[in-house]
Amino acid sequence: MSTGAVGRAYPRLEGREKVTGTARYAVEYPVDGITYGWAVPSAVVRGRITRVDTSEALASPGVLAVLHHGNAPRLAPGPEPELWLLQEPTVHYRGQYVAVVVATSLEAAREGARLVRIDYDAASHSTVLTDDHPGLYQPDHVNPSYPTDTAEGDFDAGYAAAPVRVDVTYRTPAYHNNPMEPHATTAQWHDGRLLVHDSNQGASSVRATLAELFEVSPESVRVVAEHVGGGFGSKGYAKAAVVLTALAARHVDRPVKLALTRQQIFGPIGYRTPTIQRVRLASDADGRLTAICHDAISQTSTIREFAEQTAVYTRSMYAAPHRRTTHRLVRLDVPTPFWMRAPGECPGAYALESAMDELAIAVGIDPVELRIRNDTEVDPDQGRPFTSRNLVTCLREGAQRFGWADRDPTPRARRDGRWLVGTGVAGSSYPARARPSSARATARPDGSFLVQINATDIGTGARTAIWQVAADALGVPPERVEIHIGDSILPTAPVAGGSMGTASWSWAVIRAAQALREKLRDGGPPTGEVTAEADTADEVGGQPALPRYAYGAHFVEVRVDADTGEVRLNRMLGVFAAGRVVNPTTARSQLIGGMTMGLSMALHEEGLLDERYGDWVNHDLATYHITGCADVESIEAYWLDERDDELNPAGVKGIGEIGIVGAAAAVANAVHHATGVRIRELPIRLDKLIGVSDLA
Amino acid sequence: MQGGPENTTTIDERHSSRVTFEVNGEPRQVTLDNRTTLLDTLREHLDLTGAKKGCDHGQCGSCTVLLDGRRVKSCLVFAVTVDGRSVVSVEGLAGPDELSPLQAAFIAHDAFQCGYCTPGQLCSARGMLDEVSRGWPSAVTDDLNTPAELTDAEIRERMAGNLCRCAAYPHIVAAVRETATSS
Repeated sequence: MSTGAVGRAYPRLEGREKVTGTARYAVEYPVDGITYGWAVPSAVVRGRITRVDTSEALASPGVLAVLHHGNAPRLAPGPEPELWLLQEPTVHYRGQYVAVVVATSLEAAREGARLVRIDYDAASHSTVLTDDHPGLYQPDHVNPSYPTDTAEGDFDAGYAAAPVRVDVTYRTPAYHNNPMEPHATTAQWHDGRLLVHDSNQGASSVRATLAELFEVSPESVRVVAEHVGGGFGSKGYAKAAVVLTALAARHVDRPVKLALTRQQIFGPIGYRTPTIQRVRLASDADGRLTAICHDAISQTSTIREFAEQTAVYTRSMYAAPHRRTTHRLVRLDVPTPFWMRAPGECPGAYALESAMDELAIAVGIDPVELRIRNDTEVDPDQGRPFTSRNLVTCLREGAQRFGWADRDPTPRARRDGRWLVGTGVAGSSYPARARPSSARATARPDGSFLVQINATDIGTGARTAIWQVAADALGVPPERVEIHIGDSILPTAPVAGGSMGTASWSWAVIRAAQALREKLRDGGPPTGEVTAEADTADEVGGQPALPRYAYGAHFVEVRVDADTGEVRLNRMLGVFAAGRVVNPTTARSQLIGGMTMGLSMALHEEGLLDERYGDWVNHDLATYHITGCADVESIEAYWLDERDDELNPAGVKGIGEIGIVGAAAAVANAVHHATGVRIRELPIRLDKLIGVSDLA
Repeated sequence: MQGGPENTTTIDERHSSRVTFEVNGEPRQVTLDNRTTLLDTLREHLDLTGAKKGCDHGQCGSCTVLLDGRRVKSCLVFAVTVDGRSVVSVEGLAGPDELSPLQAAFIAHDAFQCGYCTPGQLCSARGMLDEVSRGWPSAVTDDLNTPAELTDAEIRERMAGNLCRCAAYPHIVAAVRETATSS
C-alpha cells in the first residue's frame, strides 16, 4: 500500500536548518566549561621523538595542558594503528599528530601549539611512488577482499596475436577529499561515559572503535553526528580528530572541542593514493576485444596496508577471452591512503575508459560503438549474468541527448575563435552492495510514526530518502512520519559509504515497518506506542552472491585555448542506470556532484609531494585547486527507469559514486579530441598541453 | 590526570579589548582576546555558528558574512576592527521563523547538500546581488561603462569565491538567478 512517496521529489528535510544556520555540526554545540584542543603535527617524516619541551607552551596564558606520548591517557592497541595516537615516540610520516594543546580559548590553544618544542631523531625516508620502486610487493588481497591478481585465458598469447593493440600507462596523483567541514569533534567524559559530537560517516562504527580504544563498553559511548559537512570517504571510520579530542577531554577532565585545520587534513586523515596504471588492450579489426590487461601500482603506509582495488573495475566492465589484472603496492613513509569517492573504480575507470578511447582511434570506430560492441550480459569475472546491465542504454540515450551522432572523430578539427573544441565519452560502473542494518519503527496513538536508525546524512539526502521509504513501507503519507538519524543510541546501522547507505538502511526500515504493521494488524488500533525492530543481518548475509552493478555513460565537450592551453568545460552530460531513484531532487544533486568531482580530478586537483619534506606542499585550498562555481558552465544528469528485483527491498543501487567513475576519462578524451594531445598523467594542466604540442 | 599544573594565567587587559558592534540588528558587546577573528567571535562568543570555518585562511568562503553590507570573509577580519560596525550573518538574513527569498530559493533548487558552505554562499549571494545593483563590474563583464546584466556567467564568476565540495554550483546559480529576477 505505497503512498507513492518513493520516486517523488521532496526538498531536504533539514533544508530550513541548513539555510538559516541553525543546523549544528560537530563543534557547534554549546557546552558548559568547554576548552579547545589544537593538534601538533610532526615535523619529520620518519624517526623518533627524543624530547618534548612543553614549558613555554604551558606558561602561555590560557594553556591547560599539552598531551604527548609521554603523558597522554593510554589507548588499547586496536586493529587500527593509524589511531594509536600519542602513544609512542615513533614517527611514521610527516604530519602525524604528536601532541595536542588544550587551552581555554582557540587563540590560546593555537599559540600553545606553536610553542611546543619537539626534538626528533630523523631517519631517511621514501615517500615517492615509482613503477620501479624496490619495495613493490604483491598484497594478499585488495580492498575490501578482492583477489590481488586475476587471469583468464592466455593474455600474452592473445595480445601478441591481435591485429590491433594499445599499450599505455596512465598516472594519477594523490587526491585529497577536502570535505568543507574539516574533521572535528566535541568530547565530554562524565562518570566514565564518553559523549562525542563528531563529524563522521557512521556513528555506529565510530562508537565501536572508541569503545575498543578506550577500553570501555560500547554502551558507555555515545556518538552524535546529526549534521556532517561532507566526507567523500574521509570520515568513513573513526579518524584522528575524535581520538585526539577524547584523549584530551579525559586528560584535562573537561569537555574539549578540536577541529583539525584545513592544512592538517591533507594526509593524516587519508587521501586517494597516487596510481600508475598500465593498460593493454587488443582487438580484432572490428574492435572486438580479444585481450585485456590492467596492471595497477599504488602506495600504502608502513603502519597499515591499504590496497586500492584499482584494476577491479576492469575485471567486470568489458568482455574478452584473454584477461589479466594485477595490483602491486609499495609501503612508503606516508600517511595511510584511505577511501575517496569510488576508491578503486574511480582511478581504474580513468585508465580503462581512456584506453578504450585510444583503442577506438586505433581501430577507427566510434568510441560509443566500441563500448557497445564489447558489452556483455555475463560478468566476465564471476561468469554469471548481471542482475541488470544497462550500459548500452545509457550510452545510446546519452549520445542522443548530447548530440553525438554526427561527431567527426578527427582530432583537432573544430575551432571556435581561439578555442579548439572536442567531445569525449566514457563508460561507468559501480557495484551495488548492501550491508546488514537494524532499524526501529514506532506507531504513536495520534496516528504518527517515528522511524529510528543510526544512518548518517553527510549531504547525500539520506535523511529525506529514508523518510520517503519509511512512509511507503508504513503505508502512510510522509507528513505523518518523523525520522531520527545520526546518533549511536539509535539502532545500529552501517556507514554512509560505498554507495550502499540507502540500500542497507532502507532494507532495515522496510522490515521494521512491515513488522510494525503486523503488530498493528494483530492488536487493533494502538492505545499507547507500539514499536517493532528489525535486523537484516541474516537476510543480507543470505543473499546470493550475484554480480550487481550500476552503470553510466559520460559525455563531455571541452574547449581548449589554442594559445594558452587552458581547458574549459563547455558541457557535461551523464546518463545512469542505478536502480530505483528514491528522490529525484537529491539524486540529481548527488550525480552532478560526483561528475563535478570527476571534472575536478581531470583538470584541477593534484597533491604535489616534495620528496625532501615527504609531504604535500600545496596543502590548502588556495594551492590545492578544486572545481569552483565558475568552472561548471553546464552539467546535466539523467537516469533510466530501471527495475532490478535481485537487489534489495527498495530496489536501489546507490548513486554516491557512480557519478565520478569514468568522468575524468570523458574529460581527458574530449581534450584529446579537441587538441590531438593525449595527456596520460592527471591533471590536464595547461603547461602539459602547451609543452607537448604546437597548439597555436 | 593533568600534564602540567593548572595554568591560571589569563589574557590581561593589554591583550584584550572591549568590542561593541551590531550583529543581525542587535547591539552586542564582548571583551575579546585581541587575536580573535570575527568568525571565532560569532561562533565561540555569541553562539552564532551559522558562519562556518572551512579553512580559516580566506580560501573557501564558508565564513562569509556581511560587514556594513559588504561581503567579507570573517576569518580574515579581526574582531577589534569591527568596533562600531554592523555585521549580518546567515542567522540575520531573515526575521525569526522567516526565510528570505534567497534562502527559499536555495531549498527549492537544492542548492546545497552537506550544507556546510551554505551560510557563506547565502551571505555571499546577498552581498553580490547588492554589488550588481550598484553597477559594479566583475572579471567577466565586457562593457565597463554600462551596468552588468546578471547572466549565468556573471553569477558563476561572482560566486567563484565560495567553494562547494558537494558541487551544488548549478543549483546555486539557479537559485541566485531566480532571486535576482523576481526581486
